[in-house]
Amino acid sequence: MDELLDILKELHPEVDYETCTTLVDDKILDSFDIVSLITEVSDTFDVRIPASEIIPENFNSAESLWALIEKLMDE
Amino acid sequence: MSFVSYQFILFLAVLLVLYYVLPRKVQWMLLLAGSLTFYAFSGPKYLIYMAVTILTTYGAAVWIEKIWGAQDAWVKEHKGISREEKKAYKAGMTRKAKAVLVLCLLVNLGILAVIKYTDFILENLNGIFGTEFQLRHFILPLGISFYMFQSLGYVIDVYRRKYPAERNPAKVALFTSFFPQVIQGPISRFDDLSKGLFAEHKFDSKEFYYGLLRVVWGFFKKLVIADRLAPVIVTLTADTDKYPGVYVLANIFFYAIQLYADFTGGIDITIGVARMLGIPVAENFQRPYFSKNIAEYWRRWHITMGTWFKDYIFYPISVSGWMLKISKKSREKLGQALGKRVPVYISTIVVWFATGIWHGAAWNFIVWGMLNCLVLLVSQELAPLYKKFHDKFGFSNTAFWDGVQIFRTFWLMGLIRILDVYRDVPLTFRMVGTMFTTPNWGAVTDGSFLELGATLADFIVVGVGIVILFTVSALAERKAIDARLETKPVVVHYALLWILILLVVVFGAYGIGFDATQFIYNQF
Repeated sequence: MDELLDILKELHPEVDYETCTTLVDDKILDSFDIVSLITEVSDTFDVRIPASEIIPENFNSAESLWALIEKLMDE
Repeated sequence: MSFVSYQFILFLAVLLVLYYVLPRKVQWMLLLAGSLTFYAFSGPKYLIYMAVTILTTYGAAVWIEKIWGAQDAWVKEHKGISREEKKAYKAGMTRKAKAVLVLCLLVNLGILAVIKYTDFILENLNGIFGTEFQLRHFILPLGISFYMFQSLGYVIDVYRRKYPAERNPAKVALFTSFFPQVIQGPISRFDDLSKGLFAEHKFDSKEFYYGLLRVVWGFFKKLVIADRLAPVIVTLTADTDKYPGVYVLANIFFYAIQLYADFTGGIDITIGVARMLGIPVAENFQRPYFSKNIAEYWRRWHITMGTWFKDYIFYPISVSGWMLKISKKSREKLGQALGKRVPVYISTIVVWFATGIWHGAAWNFIVWGMLNCLVLLVSQELAPLYKKFHDKFGFSNTAFWDGVQIFRTFWLMGLIRILDVYRDVPLTFRMVGTMFTTPNWGAVTDGSFLELGATLADFIVVGVGIVILFTVSALAERKAIDARLETKPVVVHYALLWILILLVVVFGAYGIGFDATQFIYNQF
């Protein structure tokens, strides 16, 4: 989770990822950010996030994204 | 059958009466019959193209669903097997499902490609290689790009297991052909639209009122504003030698207004008619001319097309295995900062190329798409620089600066959009150049603008129409119009409706001598 927070902080240092649950809904993360994020996640955790998982519920908070990464690592 | 015809008003009136009189369980079947009848008016033979889309998307979705069902059953039965075995089995089933999906996409996009792009390809071949291929002049079935993309989105969603396949082919047929939106969108998603389409609807006078008000508002935009400006744009575009300089500037402005009033007017009629039927349809616009930058503009203009391209083209390309490999290589070769931009750049270029040719098989649309792409990427790159500038001078959060940004975005988008009007890339660049070389400002005051196909009265009507449109938009930007009306007495509701109807009847461009212009987006 800490590694994920580092990746997110690099994208938008001003955001408090521990509490924010509206990253997509409030347009903090745009489509360019999401692609950068997925590329970094793929490198760091060796998981591929498929396009079908790119839905607001999975990217609205660091926690939900972490849950997605764990699920994909388990598969 | 155009929305702007007596035929349509009669069709809608009969359909609405039957819809609320017949038993509720047959409402969706009535809508299907009505939708097919509506579409058949554009030429019964075009129903064949639609039937191919309905049957292939229905069949593919059910087939894919069966593959996923078999996979789930197998996994359930083989609980004790190793993770690797399970993974290998799932990979095999995914390949099968993907094959069905690809086949369905190929059939549909193949048909679209042949009828939409054959002449464009032949023309270019003839131009480049001096060949003499005969052009085929296929007629594009009305709304094919809209209903086909909507249907393909449905199959992709079933493949992605977002929701199960619809087992009733007649329901898939209604989803594809739903008459208010079949011709120019919005491009709906099955899980959103189907809830309303197949539910039973009791007559709700409040919903019916808001739906009707939205329909009349759509007619106001189309007939009072867009169609009154249409002849001026035709004149300015037909004789480009006669109308350079300030006329080009005027054309950019007039077309921005005409296209907005025309397209959003049509969408208002669509959403309003659906609401009268009790069916929610996705919004397609969110007052885009109040956008402060081009990225925001594209989040607020033709929203359902933008999200379709994002979900089904941009993301799949950006996060595909091969793109991740390219990304890794480019970061090794170009460094972290530049290398990680590569997937975003490639995907953005592909999406804007696709958006361009989706609009039409012509170079002007391709160049239009590429210019949008260029401005988006340059803005993205310059964002840190802008931020530094604003932090230093500190006027970024003022109303004045908001106004400057809105003004800049409006004209920048207008400038790119004028390619739609002249429909010839070198000519467009030449015409834009004349704004600087031969501005001819005198034409604004010497009465020349009254010889363009609209009288002073027409311009006054359009001007007042724009003021009304701007005021309503500015009010809606702060609080939705429905919510504002909610607190007002019923008498205000009906007064407003009748005033609006009266304005359309008195000031609309229709009747003898007027042939209501086809909605611009009908051609796509």
